[in-house]
Amino acid sequence: MTTRLTALEPGQNAAITAIHAAEALHHRLNALGLRVGKQIQVLRQAAFRGPLHVRVGNTDIIIRRSDAACIELRAA
Amino acid sequence: MTKRIALLGMPNTGKSTLFNRLTGASARVGNWPGVTVDLLSAKILVGGDMVEVIDLPGIYDLHGYSDDEKVVRHFLEQQPLDLLVVPVNALQLDRHLVLPVQLAELGLPVLVLVNMMDEAKTMGLRIDSKALSAGLGLPVVAISAKYGLGQPEMLAALQFALKTSQGMAAGATSGARQRLVEDDSVEDKVAALTKAAVDVPVQLPERFTDKLDKVLMHNVFGLPLFFAAMFCVFAGVFWLGTPLQDGMKWLFDQISEHALMPLLAGTPELLKGFLVEGLYGGLSTVAAFVPVIVLFFFFMAVVEDSGYLSRAAYLMDALMVRMGLDGRSFVMLLMGFGCNVPAIMGTRVMRSRALRLLSMLVIPFSLCSARLQVFLFILGALFAPAVAPWVLMSLYLMSFATAFITALLLRKDKHFRSDEPFVIELPPYRLPTLRQVWMRGWLEVRHFLGRATKIIVAGVVLVWVLTHLPAGVEPASADSYAGMVGHWMQPVLGPLGIDEKLTIALIFGFVAKEVVIGALAVIYGLEGDALSQHIAGSLNVLQAYSFMLFCLIYTPCLSTIATIRAESRSIGFATLAVVWPLALAWAVSFVFYQVASRLVGV
Repeated sequence: MTTRLTALEPGQNAAITAIHAAEALHHRLNALGLRVGKQIQVLRQAAFRGPLHVRVGNTDIIIRRSDAACIELRAA
Repeated sequence: MTKRIALLGMPNTGKSTLFNRLTGASARVGNWPGVTVDLLSAKILVGGDMVEVIDLPGIYDLHGYSDDEKVVRHFLEQQPLDLLVVPVNALQLDRHLVLPVQLAELGLPVLVLVNMMDEAKTMGLRIDSKALSAGLGLPVVAISAKYGLGQPEMLAALQFALKTSQGMAAGATSGARQRLVEDDSVEDKVAALTKAAVDVPVQLPERFTDKLDKVLMHNVFGLPLFFAAMFCVFAGVFWLGTPLQDGMKWLFDQISEHALMPLLAGTPELLKGFLVEGLYGGLSTVAAFVPVIVLFFFFMAVVEDSGYLSRAAYLMDALMVRMGLDGRSFVMLLMGFGCNVPAIMGTRVMRSRALRLLSMLVIPFSLCSARLQVFLFILGALFAPAVAPWVLMSLYLMSFATAFITALLLRKDKHFRSDEPFVIELPPYRLPTLRQVWMRGWLEVRHFLGRATKIIVAGVVLVWVLTHLPAGVEPASADSYAGMVGHWMQPVLGPLGIDEKLTIALIFGFVAKEVVIGALAVIYGLEGDALSQHIAGSLNVLQAYSFMLFCLIYTPCLSTIATIRAESRSIGFATLAVVWPLALAWAVSFVFYQVASRLVGV
C-alpha cells in the first residue's frame, strides 16, 4: 500500500517509495535529501492548506502541498 | 601572479560568513538559502602571496537548473582558478558531501571545510575529519566560521593547497553536466563516507529551534507574532533613532552657525547662498538621517541572519500563492524594506521567469530605507509623537497593499503565470554574533553613504540651480526654472494636494528618494528644525499624507530601475516597472486626497 506525503498527519513518518516529479523538481528534491528509501517526517502544516514542514535526516524543509503530492510513501 | 580561489557551496553552509572571516570585508550574510547573488571578491594575503577570493552563489550541485547554478557553471567554465574552497554544513554531511565528491571526481583542486562545528558540538555530533579526508582524497579542515574556530588550521591548509595546486584551467568543468549524470555512485560514496566519519548520538537532544518553531510557526499565533516582531523593529528604529537624529541636526546647526557662516562672511551673496543653503543645507538634512539608517540596517541584519524570514515564507505562502507569488517573494518584499536593489537581485533563486518578473514588479513597492527617511522627516514635522508610529505603520501596510494589488491584477497574465515549485530549506534559528551584525550593518551603511555622496550632492546642486536661476528670481518662486516645471505639472498633481514646491522634490526623488528631503531643504532655503516648522506651517495633514503616499508608490529610484532592466534583460519590462507604479501612485493619492478632504471638509 502506498500513500502520498500530503496524506501524512503532523508527527507521522514514512519511507519514500517514489518521487513523481518533472526533472528539475526531482533534482531539487534529491539535492535537499528527499530520495527513495529515506524516512520523512511531517512536523506541521501551515494554515489555509499552506506548505508542509517536513524533516529528512537533519534537514528541515518547507514544501507546498501541490509539490508534496508528488512524493509517494509506504503506508504504515 | 595573483592566485584565485572561489568559495563554492550549498545554501546554508555559512559560506558568506566564511567569506567575511577570510577576507575581513563583508558579504551579505543572509541566513536564507541563496542570498549571495552578487559575485563578491576580495584580495587577501595567504603566506605572503596575494590571493583573490571570490564568493560564488550557493548551489546544490553542478548540474542544477536555477539561475544561480547557471551563474556558477558559467563562472567555472570561463575563469581560471587555483583552488575551490568548499564549505559543508557539519550537521548535514549526508547531503552536503555530494558536491565535494562530484568535484573530486572531476579531478579539481578542492579544500573541504566542515563548517558549523559549534552547532555540531551542541548536537553531540562527532566528526572525524581525517577519515573524511582519506575517503574523499581531499584535504579537510573542521571549522566554525562564525566563531573563528579552526582558523589557523584553515589558513595553513589553504596555503598548502595553493602551493601544491596545479590550478584548473578555464573550462575544466565543461561537460561536467554530462559526466555527472550517474548520480547513484556518488550517493553510495557519500553514504559510506558519512557512516565512516560521523558519529551521531543515539538520542538527539531536542533542539532549541524545535521549541521555538512550535510557537513562531504556530497556525494561529505565528503570523500575529511575526507582524508584532516587525512592528517592534520599525518602532525600535523610530524611538531610538529620533533622539539621535535631533542630536545630528543640532550638531549641523552649530557647525553652520559658528564655523561656516563666519568663514564665508566675505563671499558674494549668490555663492554663499549656494554653499550654505544649497550644498550644506541639503547635505546636512540628509546626513541627519544616517543614524536612523544605521540602526535600521543593524536591526535588519539581526532579523535576516536569525532564520526567521524562512518561517515568514512558510507562514505567508498560502496567501502569496493565491496572488501568483510564493513565500520567497514575500521575504524579498521584506528585504526590500532595506533596499530594493538587493531584493530584486535576490529573485535569482527563482527558476521560473514568470515568477521572477512578477516578484520584481512588486518589490519596488517595498518601503525602502530611503523612503523611510522622507517619511520620518514629514512625520516628525506634522504628526504628534504618539500618532507618528501608527501613521508609519499605515504606510507599511499600504506598501504591502499596493504590492498585493499589483500581483493580483497581473497573476493571470501569460507573462506572469508560473508553476514554480515551492520547496525550500529551513535553517535553524541563529543569533548572529555582534561581529556579524556590525560587519553587515557597516557594509550597508558604506553602500548608502557611497551612493548618498554622489547622487545627493549632484541632486541638491541641481535643485539649487533650478530653484535659484534665472539670476535674481525669488528662490523656488513661480519665476524660477523649478517653479515653471512645478507650475506646468500642477494640473496633474494639484488634485492630489501636492503643491508646486513638493512637485519639484518629487521630480528629484525619481533619481533617488534620498534626494527628496535634501531638495526640500534647498527649495525652502531652510534646514533642520526651521524646515520642519515651515513644512508644518505650509502643509496640512492630508496634503502631507497624500505626498507620502505618492512618494511611497511611484518609481523607486534610478538604481532600482537599472537593476530591473539588467535582471529582466527587457526594456519593455523595465518600462512597465516605471509606468505602472507611477499610474498607481497617482490613482491612490488622488482617491485618498479627494475622498479625505471631502470627509474632513477642508
